[in-house]
Amino acid sequence: MSVESSELHRSQFMRDVMAETPDGERLVRCLQCGSCGGSCPNGPDMDYTPRAIFAMISANRRDDVLKSNTMWCCVSCYLCTVRCPQEIPITETMYTLKRMAIREGRATDGDAPALARTFTSFVEKYGRSFELGIATRYLMLNKPMSMLKSAGMGMGMFARGRLALRPTKIRQTEQLQAIINKARDISKQDIGSGGAS
Amino acid sequence: MKYAYYPGCSLETNSASYDVSARAVMEKVGLRLDELDDWNCCGATEYFTQDELVATSVIARNLALVDDDHDQLVAPCAACYLNLKKVDHLMCSHAAMNAKINQALSAGGLQYKAGRVQIRHLLDVLYHDVGEAALKAQVVQPLNGLRVAAYYGCQVVRPLDGFDNPEYPMKMDEMFAWLGAEVVDYPVKAHCCGGHLTQLSEAMSFELIRRLLQSADDYRADLILTMCPMCQLNLDAYQGRVNNYFNTQFRLPIVYFTQLLGVALGIDMKKLGFGKELVAAEPVIRAKLEGQTAGASA
Repeated sequence: MSVESSELHRSQFMRDVMAETPDGERLVRCLQCGSCGGSCPNGPDMDYTPRAIFAMISANRRDDVLKSNTMWCCVSCYLCTVRCPQEIPITETMYTLKRMAIREGRATDGDAPALARTFTSFVEKYGRSFELGIATRYLMLNKPMSMLKSAGMGMGMFARGRLALRPTKIRQTEQLQAIINKARDISKQDIGSGGAS
Repeated sequence: MKYAYYPGCSLETNSASYDVSARAVMEKVGLRLDELDDWNCCGATEYFTQDELVATSVIARNLALVDDDHDQLVAPCAACYLNLKKVDHLMCSHAAMNAKINQALSAGGLQYKAGRVQIRHLLDVLYHDVGEAALKAQVVQPLNGLRVAAYYGCQVVRPLDGFDNPEYPMKMDEMFAWLGAEVVDYPVKAHCCGGHLTQLSEAMSFELIRRLLQSADDYRADLILTMCPMCQLNLDAYQGRVNNYFNTQFRLPIVYFTQLLGVALGIDMKKLGFGKELVAAEPVIRAKLEGQTAGASA
């Protein structure tokens, strides 16, 4: 069967994931070999291994995939990606699933999206990351109990001069913000029209 | 030889010892690092979780800032290195992406010509551009007697075709063998430290860290060499909590490869950022090197 004729049978979910992932068209090549799940350091903690996720994408099980914890277990180590015999961009697909889950309100794990938002809010304001600010804001709002556990380590880091109390700021924050706003506008149009890359 | 230098946010404070040792070593071997003016955070993995075009455009601003006097950009941090490299690669291979990123950049009056800047990791530069003969010739304090585990982590060696093997890299092993160290087998050398997972799940992240410490301990390494701020943070700063969690007694110093390279080249340890680790490295290194060629690091 040629790729062209199989296109007719592709699920809508599959088309959406492919459109939003660079080299996403390779998703159709998946052989269900399972090298990805077997290579994953966090495979045992996933609701479904990446292999199963690819089968589910193909079967249009959008809700099950986007509500799963699979992509939130991904630590972007790219071992699956370099081992995939079909050169499917697996880690990048996990990023796509994270974005879709957040956008469509299906993310069941709130911590990872909160950490991402907190991190980037500092980057947007200062142009640089600010560890102390990120950690305290994120932990306070999401994991207040773990602040105590982190306190000892934080003091150790502070005592050795490894924790800045104030963020550094780049000169051209307005330029960076203009770039971010423009990129966001283009993304919105793309996602509306169903084709990002 | 001169390179544009992208230190990345971690190297400003948390991993300042990587920054000072990288600069000291490069100066010692006669290579120039010119810090990129007004660089911004690469966003690590956190923008990719939210918006791909924002993620890539934020990174691309740094590529666009590299002036005409430089065609190579050196990054010591694994996440920064991969992000810079990934965006250049995407822009070279995906015309639509290239156009959109440049469209976003132009809102800030910038443009980047895909492929113009070559992104290099610091290890690659020291291994290839300085090389075995020149490094060996400059050794003042051989590292004989010191058993080191060379830990590469993920994002320097994967996923893009790079300067070393994506699953069993060897360049750092070779370099420290040149310097006289005993480089132990370290089967988990390119396994993941968990990255930001320590902020999300103790159970998952601590197990990844434990495996890395356990393997180095099994092979009787005196210390672990790293080339990534996130790896150093997870293995060093979290080592105490990992010990509590698993009831283990690991006490392994985690040192940037540039710090120990600096020791071999005879740079004073005070100028290499030692003492900032939570598990002290200096006493271990001094004890093992005692009786070796006198001078240099004392």
